[in-house]
Amino acid sequence: MSTQQTKDIVVVGAGQAAAQAAQSLRAGGYTGSLTIVGDESALPYQRPPLSKAYMKGDFAEERLYFKPAAWYEDQKIEVLLGTQATGIDRAARQVRLGHGGHLPYDALIIATGSRPRPLPTPGADLEGVHDLRTLADVERLRPKMVAGRRIVIIGAGYIGLEAAAVARQMDLEVTVIEMAPRVLARVTSPVISEFYTAEHRRQGVTILTGALMSKLEGTAGKVSAAVLADGTRIAADMVLAGIGILPNEELARDAGIACSNGILVDRDARTSDPLVFAAGDCASRPLVHYGRTGRLESVHNAIEQGKLAAAAILGQPRPAEDCPWFWSDQYDLKLQIAGLSQDYDTLVVRGDPAARKFAVFYLRNGTLIAVDAVNSPPEFLASKKLIMSGAKLAPDVLSDTSTPMKDIAAQAAA
Amino acid sequence: MAKITYVAHDGTERTVEAKNGMSVMEVAVNNSIPGIDADCGGACACATCHVYVDEAFLTKTGEQQEMEKSMLDFAENVQPNSRLSCQIKVTDELDGLRVTTPESQH
Repeated sequence: MSTQQTKDIVVVGAGQAAAQAAQSLRAGGYTGSLTIVGDESALPYQRPPLSKAYMKGDFAEERLYFKPAAWYEDQKIEVLLGTQATGIDRAARQVRLGHGGHLPYDALIIATGSRPRPLPTPGADLEGVHDLRTLADVERLRPKMVAGRRIVIIGAGYIGLEAAAVARQMDLEVTVIEMAPRVLARVTSPVISEFYTAEHRRQGVTILTGALMSKLEGTAGKVSAAVLADGTRIAADMVLAGIGILPNEELARDAGIACSNGILVDRDARTSDPLVFAAGDCASRPLVHYGRTGRLESVHNAIEQGKLAAAAILGQPRPAEDCPWFWSDQYDLKLQIAGLSQDYDTLVVRGDPAARKFAVFYLRNGTLIAVDAVNSPPEFLASKKLIMSGAKLAPDVLSDTSTPMKDIAAQAAA
Repeated sequence: MAKITYVAHDGTERTVEAKNGMSVMEVAVNNSIPGIDADCGGACACATCHVYVDEAFLTKTGEQQEMEKSMLDFAENVQPNSRLSCQIKVTDELDGLRVTTPESQH
């Protein structure tokens, strides 16, 4: 596809992937019409601070936005906010809009993100039961987060635990309910799960694992307690659900574009329709360092796929595909994650968890596939490169804290 | 308020107005200064907002924090005046600050 033939590009969604794609298209020399369609009322903003510094009130709203409003005008990017894209007519190359009308496209980028998995629990529709995904969600929740109040958080994934840390720091009474036998069970090893469980308990959070929800109870339509399957009743002034997200793939699926737990894309973020691309949480992509496909729910992925889609549309060389990376801030702990640890066969701990500064490496057949680094940037940054190079590392070398990580990386690369 | 001059690797300069409380990285991103990626948005998690601080401002911009220091240790072409720009807060004192962006953030 050349820029000459491409006169109209539409981006559906207005999150990180959408903002990146628009930015990369303009930076890459695209001068045709460019429209972003977003169903929220805010310009594209960062989501990570919503469950961290922003929730706590340590981060001004204006700092959430990727770009000021003037930038979009200056770049001639039309942003249609509060606007639903309701369908794609692939034959006519048009996106239908909720309030009527349609937008023509020569290339379409679907960056519709994801939505919180709805709580399957009876009582989930009571007032005072919250999700945490959008700026509007935080605006609804934050005024209620007053010292002494009781918050029950359902789900001990990153969102749930980050919110628990913030709520605790705001002096709320915090209970986390997790169905799995340990926290963060879906994403990390027992070593990290145990460390974070201990940390939250030390901070005064009640963590209940292997705990099945029975129902949410309410008084006059407002939530008042969470009841577990074993009959335990936990009084609550508010409930926050953080039990995962679902990809917003319906727009693509309804248009006949291939989906399977996400909109299926190739390495260029191209869907089964060559004129349609998908980027961010909603896309299921080749994970080139792991020989499989999957969805990544992360900033890195949104940025990278935004760039990949823009480059493919402009016929430019494919940007680098980085090793997946993530981070989580809880209390004074910065967790930096490189790679995907699923399927590891060997786990190596470097440093002492009691020192609140350590890393857990994950190996498969002797090859480094991931690291969870707590307050340990060198282990994170070195591992990112080592994972991409497919480096083989001996467990005793990785665990030897007398050798700096930089030297270990240099030796492995040699 | 402070005026900050960003000098690109090739010597091109741009001077912009910076609001107190923002970081030197945020000011760069809001003004589309090339050469600062800032993938993590300022969480000190990615080390892609590396800059060189003009010698005259080194004391005013402060010391590298411990996390920042260990992140910079893995950046390309680190110099004694290297900083992560997300960790430098704009104050009136920084009026006239000049920072240079490196050739690459990766």
